[in-house]
Amino acid sequence: MNIQNPVPTLYGDWKEKFSLQWSAIISDLKAKFPDALESILLPETHPVDIPTLFLKKEYAMEVLRHLKDAQGLGFLTDYTASDEGEEKRFHLIVHLMSVETKVRLRLKIRLGENETMPTLIPIWEGANWAEREIFDMFGIRFEGHPDLRRILMDVRWEGHPLRKDYPLRGYQVFLTPEPIDPELFK
Amino acid sequence: MSQENSKNFRTDAPLDVTSWGFPATYDVSLKKDSDDIFEDSKVLVNIGPTHPAMHGAFRCMARLNGEVIEKSFCEFGYTHRAKEKLGENRTYHQFVVYTDRLNYCSALANNVAYAMSVERLMGIEVPERAVWIRMMCAELARIIDHLICIGINAVDLGAFSYFLYGYHQREKAYTLIEKLCGARLTTSYTRIGGLMADAPEGWERELKEWIKETRQVIEEMDSLLTENRIWLKRTKGVAIFNKEDCLKYSYTGPNARAAGLDIDLRRDQPCMFYDKMEFDVPVAQTGDVFDRYYVRVEEIKQSLNILTQCADRIKKGPIWAEDKRTRIPEKERVYNTMEGLIHHFKFFMTGFDVPAGEAYTPFEAANGELGFYIISKGGPSAHRMRIRSPSFWHYQGLDPMIQGEYIADLVAALGSINVIAGELDR
Repeated sequence: MNIQNPVPTLYGDWKEKFSLQWSAIISDLKAKFPDALESILLPETHPVDIPTLFLKKEYAMEVLRHLKDAQGLGFLTDYTASDEGEEKRFHLIVHLMSVETKVRLRLKIRLGENETMPTLIPIWEGANWAEREIFDMFGIRFEGHPDLRRILMDVRWEGHPLRKDYPLRGYQVFLTPEPIDPELFK
Repeated sequence: MSQENSKNFRTDAPLDVTSWGFPATYDVSLKKDSDDIFEDSKVLVNIGPTHPAMHGAFRCMARLNGEVIEKSFCEFGYTHRAKEKLGENRTYHQFVVYTDRLNYCSALANNVAYAMSVERLMGIEVPERAVWIRMMCAELARIIDHLICIGINAVDLGAFSYFLYGYHQREKAYTLIEKLCGARLTTSYTRIGGLMADAPEGWERELKEWIKETRQVIEEMDSLLTENRIWLKRTKGVAIFNKEDCLKYSYTGPNARAAGLDIDLRRDQPCMFYDKMEFDVPVAQTGDVFDRYYVRVEEIKQSLNILTQCADRIKKGPIWAEDKRTRIPEKERVYNTMEGLIHHFKFFMTGFDVPAGEAYTPFEAANGELGFYIISKGGPSAHRMRIRSPSFWHYQGLDPMIQGEYIADLVAALGSINVIAGELDR
């Protein structure tokens, strides 16, 4: 696998630099939450650049909070999703970074077609718009989100564009401006 | 300087409204606006989508109490072009042109970041000269992006001539970019595994002349505005976004460094040859508009240092990686041999396969951490092409940033976080 032969000018030192911290974080998680991890993809054995941990949905909030408070992975770099078309259709993907050591970690949560996910806003307020974007693009709902509206598309849009079954040219034309909910001003 | 004092220039002396016979029933949690003689006059104000003070097509709706913003919410998506969907339906080579339209003020940096992320998945090593040119591109892009940010920020607050100093220099930088790749704004300069064309003969020399000029211009701009009293009054203590807020809202780049969150991927997680460069990372503490402005000014100076070092150390050599998968065949071969023609046809019609895998490749672009997260399942186009754009996270922080500020300071705050609509909407 090519990521296993990293190029020096393209973050080729990550594996050497962070492997100790990665294994420390993973063994800590295994000890604290023995049931939370579904599977672990490591850069040594899988074609990933950083360790990718599959979390069970029920433990996601606890594990993320633990990573933020105890392991120093307090910076939510990215929060997104992908449509994998497996039995559990969606993967929610969280990228975390430590501000002090700059170690990065990727966590994934499998979600079925109509499953919901608890919102991450209590942990990172910045997850608000990221969750709105995931809802807009994939149709995944977040429990407890204060304002789960579409963010990029028009509120009248039908369907969720980044799902694999949405056509590339699925245009929808609106002749009037996007209506704004008067509740937002209150 | 306390927040209260910085506002006093608006009125000569605070008006005692109660003596005029109006009941003073202001909300004490907000700053009192001494000009607001009609107490508690709530007004809804809509700014944008096409308003000269909103740099691009986005919109901010605010509920004002007098002149103070009580509540606001931001709308965007007017320039949404579905780049992530296109990334799943176009080949990796075709997607290069879409990256220009992300942050169109610094298109070269996006090109570089995208090329890096695909090369990382494929394990391609580009030759040394290409890396040096890419670094120069990224730094040049950073300088022109910062020049437009601070220039426009000053225009919004009334300092027009300052903007022209910067814009003149930016124009010259565009001429340099034009010599490099033939285009000025939408550059599409990098290719997976190399560059579109080599830098022309003597380009480094011209770059060095430009650096020398720009150093003087930056000094001049610095002396023109940084200690200007009106500028200080309009920016010091305005729209403060401190370190905790930056962590909450995932701020990166100059906006985070202005608040004391000391992250710079060029220094902390160096890619390319940034570990061989000598430069400082300017960090401020308050996180107000002035700090965001001044961090950018200092960063331009540091970027000029990096550019000088690159221009000194660059050597002649190949610009394409020796990898048959991504190398675009030479025109000579295409027009004269059958194999070359087939290779050319297959390259542009079907694209090259990227092995299955996934990688998140961050890059310190002008605005902050620009990341491309690509999931490849093999084949010529990505399974998921996620673009982590810094502006998306910065714009989210605008609402809490301007709460309780004056409506005129909204313009200052928006200009200072440098939200680019193309990058925000993707």
